[in-house]
Amino acid sequence: MTGEPFKQSADDAALVAGLRAGDERAFAELVDRYHASMLRIARLYVRSPAVAEEVVQETWLAVLQGIDRFEGRSSLKTWILRILANRARTRGAREGRSVPFSALVATDAAVGEATVEPGRFRARDDGEWPYHWAAPPRDWPEERLLAGETLQVIGGALEMLPESQREVIRLRDVEGWDADEVCEALQISPGNQRVLLHRARAKVRAALERYFMGEVAMAQ
Amino acid sequence: MTTIVDDITCRELVELVTDYLEGALEPADRARFEEHLVVCAACVTYVEQLRQTVRATGALREEAIEPAVREELLRAFRDWHRGHSPGPAP
Repeated sequence: MTGEPFKQSADDAALVAGLRAGDERAFAELVDRYHASMLRIARLYVRSPAVAEEVVQETWLAVLQGIDRFEGRSSLKTWILRILANRARTRGAREGRSVPFSALVATDAAVGEATVEPGRFRARDDGEWPYHWAAPPRDWPEERLLAGETLQVIGGALEMLPESQREVIRLRDVEGWDADEVCEALQISPGNQRVLLHRARAKVRAALERYFMGEVAMAQ
Repeated sequence: MTTIVDDITCRELVELVTDYLEGALEPADRARFEEHLVVCAACVTYVEQLRQTVRATGALREEAIEPAVREELLRAFRDWHRGHSPGPAP
């Protein structure tokens, strides 16, 4: 009820028209864009991979059944994510997952966590520069940043993350979703979304630092 | 060298980078953040490395749907469309 009315994008308008007209390409386009992510998201709500598959399939059917009533008050993507989140949450509750994902996130996010090793900084009572860098970061070899081996290091670092952090950084940085979309899909607050993203990015940065600096040390 | 009480330290700054990049800092905090960067090359490097991290993470490949699942969904779509707008009987 507040703010500017949402303006439907040309992309959304074409997809919605395609779905309503029964154009398979429009549906294939949506499935290719979102299905893999939706499956991972569903698995945060329900434990069983088979149930997660079901939830996503049901979501697609609900999208088709509801498309005539879709009024374009949000983006098509956000609308799909809302259907997914509602179904997955209901199913997760029925499945009896002991603690809902969103509650888990709220608990995680509330705990303070230094994302840079405290030993990298001077002491609080340092006479000159309290809490300034003792071991400052050194420049990375820019030309190596997108090399295959570097990307493998990043992939490995993502695997090590707690699942909530991993999903947020995947959606935001690998798939390029915006913050609102991630909040909608995972049913988390904007503040918690940022906390998870921050921790995830900081850990990946640390992994890259170890990788680049370890190599420098060996070369010397 | 006088230290102003509410200056951001490097140790604090590294925890604010994401809020900064997301535009979620209050204007006063944003100003203090940027003032710190003017005088601290190490923190400039840190912020740059987080940007580099975001850029490199964006170069990872997205997951794709399994072909069999895709086929099944497209079949469901055709079924839905037939029931949705019934044409002349075959």
